[in-house]
Amino acid sequence: MSANGATTRPASVSPDQPVVLFEDVSIGFGAEPVLEGISFRVERGETRILLGPAGVGKSVLLKLVNGLLRPDSGRIFVFGKEISAMRESELFELRGAIGTVFQEGALFDSLNVRDNVGYRLMEEHLPEDEVTRRATEALRFVEMEHTLYKFPSELSGGMRRRVAIARAIVSDPKLILYDSPTGGLDPITSTTIIELVMKQRDVQHTSSLVVTHRLQDAFTLATHRFNREKNGMEALPPHTADANTSFLMLHKGKLIFDGSTKELVTSEDPLIREYLA
Amino acid sequence: MALETIDTAAKRGVLAVQEYVVLSARAVSNIFRRPFYAGDLFQQADIIGVGSLPIVILTGFFLGCVLALQTASSLEQFGATAFTGQLVSMSMIKEIGPVVTALMVSGRNASGMASELGSMIVTEQIDAMRALGTDPLKKLVMPRIVATVVMLFFLVILSDTVGILGGGFVSVAMLGQSGSQYFHTAYQSLQYPDLLQGLVKPLFFGLIIATIGCYFGMKTKGGTQGVGRSTTQAVVWASVLIIVADFVISRFMIGIYGR
Repeated sequence: MSANGATTRPASVSPDQPVVLFEDVSIGFGAEPVLEGISFRVERGETRILLGPAGVGKSVLLKLVNGLLRPDSGRIFVFGKEISAMRESELFELRGAIGTVFQEGALFDSLNVRDNVGYRLMEEHLPEDEVTRRATEALRFVEMEHTLYKFPSELSGGMRRRVAIARAIVSDPKLILYDSPTGGLDPITSTTIIELVMKQRDVQHTSSLVVTHRLQDAFTLATHRFNREKNGMEALPPHTADANTSFLMLHKGKLIFDGSTKELVTSEDPLIREYLA
Repeated sequence: MALETIDTAAKRGVLAVQEYVVLSARAVSNIFRRPFYAGDLFQQADIIGVGSLPIVILTGFFLGCVLALQTASSLEQFGATAFTGQLVSMSMIKEIGPVVTALMVSGRNASGMASELGSMIVTEQIDAMRALGTDPLKKLVMPRIVATVVMLFFLVILSDTVGILGGGFVSVAMLGQSGSQYFHTAYQSLQYPDLLQGLVKPLFFGLIIATIGCYFGMKTKGGTQGVGRSTTQAVVWASVLIIVADFVISRFMIGIYGR
């Protein structure tokens, strides 16, 4: 988002500390372990793409990052604060600096688009005019300003996803979590959504964690950049990838890969090769 | 094997009670913490209170009518039809008014709360709310609890009033009794403990309706089928607990005041 005023709840992100740090994190539901011994980091301005087949625990990992779930063991640091040791009331404050795009958008169906996008601003009792201005600005970023007073039920799946991105970026967050932002969408709409993720990455340089099981989307994000003049994405030169975009891969609850695009495509690990095939 | 099943079921039951108590206590304690969602509170008061007016008035009126009919026919055998007003007012204020009104409000609103919150859970709207920095217990649960407790209190008073009026209508128009005698006995027989009992009960019943409705809504699992299950469970448990609480409160009040 560009020039949308001051950050509503600024989070102090020191340049030398990672935005997200997982240390040997495990979580299970009942007797079933979902994630085991997960350790990784997301640096400032970095985009990390989390790959893995459906049901492997990708969404669970994302919910651990913003404290919607708590780990059974291990430590999680966000903006240098150990969120795994924080109380729920303290987490509400921290989440003000994190934008989250849920799998199906998760828009409030009883609120119109303006109120959905401006929800966080309204909770902070900003003046109505200010809420409308900033909601419109966020919607313009995702090219959806014409839907300001529509309800989510009047929008298509792709439009809802774009509104969800506008809601996530309206308060100028320092970290954005995308939970399968293209899941269930047609290829053209998926590309539009990926372009928006790329735009946020290359224009605002926001740190992000992108969960997806669609390889095409992941590699589009890694091998393209957003061109501001053309207002669209363009391919990077052959055999090059975005330096700030790297990959994580989960398999059966364990992190089996943490590295760059080049390391991923040249990996000899049979599981990775099978997944990429 | 059977013992293991009993053991598991008992643990699940204890865990559910613990979760219910924690959720209710956290939601109620939010009344005293900022921000206070006054707008949501008034909206819920409108939905729960004003929205329940037609069913409460109708059921209250006809319950009073049928009470007058039944008691008059029984009292006639002893030549004591003059006490119809007393029996109608005592029954309405102490028992039937609070219990039936609570059951009607429970059927309408506990189910509504469970289905609304349950739908928000399965579509990740509650997670989205938490991710946006809002406590759903403060924003969604607390206003429903306060609105139900306050509005049920007034709905019960209204139900008692129209019930006594309904009894009066039947006594005068259908049984040919004296109106002044009916209302005189209805009023004179009432004592402070009777009114207190009738006014204390809706406070507890309102708390039961809202906390049970919200608990089952917030604990919904398993998509639309889960929403249906939560809705049914909310109505069943709220109704059962209202009857149980009615017995406990009645016993307690009779123990203190002797009537």
